[in-house]
Amino acid sequence: MSGTVMISKPTPPRAVFRIWRGDAGGGTFQDYPTAIDQGMVVLDAIHRIQAEQAPDLAVRWNCKAGKCGSCSAEINGMPKLMCMTRLSELNLDMPVIIEPMHAFPSIRDLVTDVSWNFAVKKQIKKFSPRLPDAEDGTWRMQQVDVDRVQEFRKCIECFLCQDVCHVLREHHKHEEFIGPRFLVYTAALEMHPLDTADRVPDLKNKNGIGYCNITTCCRQVCPEGITITENAIIPLKERVVDNFFDPLKKLFHIL
Amino acid sequence: MAEYRTHPYDVLVIGAGGAGLRAAIEAAGSGVKVGVVCKSLLGKAHTVMAEGGVAAALANVDDRDNWKVHFADTMRGGQYLNNWRMAELHAKEAPDRVRELEAWGALFDRTNDGRILQRNFGGHRYPRLAHVGDRTGLEMIRTLQDHGIHAGMEVHMECTVLSLLLDSGRIAGAFGYDREKGHFIHWPAKAVVLATGGVGRAFRITSNSWEYTGDGHALAYRAGAELVDMEFVQFHPTGMVWPISVRGILVTEGVRGEGGVLRNSEGKRFMFDDIPDLYKAQTADNEAEGWRYTQGDKNARRPPELLTRDHVARCINREVKAGRGSPHGGVFLDIAWIRQHIPAAEEHIKRKLPSMYHQFKQLAEIDITKEPMEVGPTTHYMMGGVRVDGDSQMSTVPGLFAAGEVGAGLHGANRLGGNSLSDLIVFGKRAGEYAARFAKENGPVATDAARIQSVVNEALVPFERGGEGDNPYQIQYKLQDSMQDLVGIVRVESEMQQALDIIGELNTRAARAGVAGHRQYNNGWHTALDLPNLLLVSEAITRAALLRQESRGAQFREDYPEKNSEWAKYNNVVRQGPNGEMLVEKREIPPMPPELTAVIGEMK
Ligand SMILES: Cc1cc2nc3c(=O)[nH]c(=O)nc-3n(C[C@H](O)[C@H](O)[C@H](O)COP(=O)(O)OP(=O)(O)OC[C@H]3O[C@@H](n4cnc5c(N)ncnc54)[C@H](O)[C@@H]3O)c2cc1C
Ligand code: SF4
Ligand code: SF4
Ligand code: FES
Repeated sequence: MSGTVMISKPTPPRAVFRIWRGDAGGGTFQDYPTAIDQGMVVLDAIHRIQAEQAPDLAVRWNCKAGKCGSCSAEINGMPKLMCMTRLSELNLDMPVIIEPMHAFPSIRDLVTDVSWNFAVKKQIKKFSPRLPDAEDGTWRMQQVDVDRVQEFRKCIECFLCQDVCHVLREHHKHEEFIGPRFLVYTAALEMHPLDTADRVPDLKNKNGIGYCNITTCCRQVCPEGITITENAIIPLKERVVDNFFDPLKKLFHIL
Repeated sequence: MAEYRTHPYDVLVIGAGGAGLRAAIEAAGSGVKVGVVCKSLLGKAHTVMAEGGVAAALANVDDRDNWKVHFADTMRGGQYLNNWRMAELHAKEAPDRVRELEAWGALFDRTNDGRILQRNFGGHRYPRLAHVGDRTGLEMIRTLQDHGIHAGMEVHMECTVLSLLLDSGRIAGAFGYDREKGHFIHWPAKAVVLATGGVGRAFRITSNSWEYTGDGHALAYRAGAELVDMEFVQFHPTGMVWPISVRGILVTEGVRGEGGVLRNSEGKRFMFDDIPDLYKAQTADNEAEGWRYTQGDKNARRPPELLTRDHVARCINREVKAGRGSPHGGVFLDIAWIRQHIPAAEEHIKRKLPSMYHQFKQLAEIDITKEPMEVGPTTHYMMGGVRVDGDSQMSTVPGLFAAGEVGAGLHGANRLGGNSLSDLIVFGKRAGEYAARFAKENGPVATDAARIQSVVNEALVPFERGGEGDNPYQIQYKLQDSMQDLVGIVRVESEMQQALDIIGELNTRAARAGVAGHRQYNNGWHTALDLPNLLLVSEAITRAALLRQESRGAQFREDYPEKNSEWAKYNNVVRQGPNGEMLVEKREIPPMPPELTAVIGEMK
């Protein structure tokens, strides 16, 4: 940042939104000049365009508060939640470009087919707790022991991390790689203080953890600020290494 | 002939929030074939937005808590209009349902001895809300979702039910459309569980999403079920008021539970000025005692900021009207002040209220660890809904069950915070169990082809009118403005009559709504199809509110500002008359059994 004092200029009353319109068969960008008010977010602008100019513009949203992960899109090329992107952070002298996520097939306009994510999750071994600690069927866990997993459980399944991951976005390895979201999910299960299942062989053989080369793109876009790479993926990679490549363990296997 | 796909089930659950998922898990566990339909993607239902926590008398933080105290608190909060059987079952079963979530992987915040931590909330005598920071709903829905996908239910995401189907008076399934592709679907089913949530989109300022258009209420009503308590709409005292575009977004009561205080423009904690008699004995009369309460002092009484929501909302309204509001028409909610008491207050606030911190920082450029927030009332929750049997959750239509926000009874005239998430799991489970039993005990159902044809025809007319027809968004906005201004926090007969006239006009306009384009993911079409439901519940709210000539719980009538003991005996029931007209009538509340009356007496 420069040392000069920021002078807030009056927000221009109108801005142009260049929105991708189309479906699986293809599409084009269309410009929508729209009146804007102070404090508006991109999703507000989309709603105004729907109500006034393009009633059939397709968009997903629910909470309008960054809690449900429905309104993911690419705004001026950046994967973001539309409900948490204020117009004041964008340069409104130029058209604001709004596109659907690129890593998933188009359905219509800003809506993509994210069903792959739901199918991937189902293949991951489910939570299996140890026997209860107390006679009344409950467990005892310290806050420090749940902190890490609580970080992962903040995930709102916006799939923005999946969208930026080059393994999916550019190399389309959807069949072989579960993507950062589901590495975080697996980490949450593996590090859950009560869980007893072992997902490490699957990580290596089925889930393609080896494809990840720690570019940290996923962590940089996560709206929940989850430290995807450092806290989830790297520890999982270490478990895989420990399990499969540790020379001592190998020796024991041979013996 | 209408073209559609068919997916038959034993039990069809409509809605995938906490109530729907819990019902589906229960029903699938008993071996019947279960389908789940929801308007959004899985895991995005309203439940995901719940913040503060789930109420259950676990007694982990204060061992004086037990089901009786929770029961009495719930009844007092509901001004005794509650279905007492539901309040009893809820208080007794909530602890087991919460522990069960832990067994399915939920990770609640912990006490020092490693158990589930509980926090204070309005109207609850002891710290009772199990929570995960301020994202409890996310933890709950994700736990149920991740458990549910391995429990044998089939999910139809992004599908909307347009109508329930009947077979000689008994439920026979549902009919609707797939939002993504636009094709129609028929779900024949022997039993149906409605778990469609609330009606908050009927108002302009709301914490609710587009999904909350009262579909379940309207579907049930049209199928012949009775609705009850429709006059009771909860306005949460603290929604964001600025910037305009985020107006209504919820600020969790957890802020006050953690020690946040309400002040007017004169810096005064105005809540001390107006403590209702019913709560005098339990409420602190000075600031020091209130603070000690929020910090876990068992001998202290709770601060007046934690009085019930209806009351706090009205006090805020009064301050604003009296010209003592904040710059943007709210009042101040201050959590930053706790730095006077707590050394590392900034970190503490960020840890306890992470999403509030985030929300204000990102949407309003306010740092809540340093400055007060501006807040005002927002439409939040629907106490009214489908009238059900307390034990089974079955409505007056055989085979039609309702659970969660769309069901009614537990909360009476006003819901306590945290009692909804517990409602979902207690009665979601019960609805699933009894629906599965109903499906096993009853034979197959016949298809009403004529009804299906007429649903399809009605659904497609907006395309015939195309862009020339009335704009569905504008009709919705007009309705929201009218309900907000005429049937909101403060009600009066003349304004409500005016609202009924407007609803009548809007019904005519809705029948002329048009949309351009095609059926694939067409938000304009979806909005047009939601309109009749929104209009129907708006009318039901208004008519029930007109009939109840008193002020009680969430309903405040300027023309009848007092509570009237005569009205304490009745619930208002709304149903469809023989000629399609809407009937509203008083229904006497059955007497409470002596053992429950005794509990209330004990807890006075
Ligand atoms: C911001 C916010 C914070 C809250 N905080 C708390 C809290 O801290 N504690 C608490 O106890 N309560 C809280 N509540 C209230 C509570 O979250 C809701 O009452 C509760 O989640 C409702 O759950 P549900 O299962 O009944 O419905 P929902 O979770 O709303 O689910 C409704 C489901 O029905 C589906 N549906 C609706 N109509 C149709 C249709 N026509 N066809 C097909 N599917 C349909 C929807 O798609 C959705 O899946 C809060 C509410 C809000 C808005
Ligand atoms: S760090 Fe790994 S998972 Fe994340 S974007 Fe890069 S390659 Fe993908
Ligand atoms: S990890 Fe972050 S970016 Fe990825 S889906 Fe979850 S919330 Fe979104
Ligand atoms: S609408 Fe829920 S995250 Fe944007």
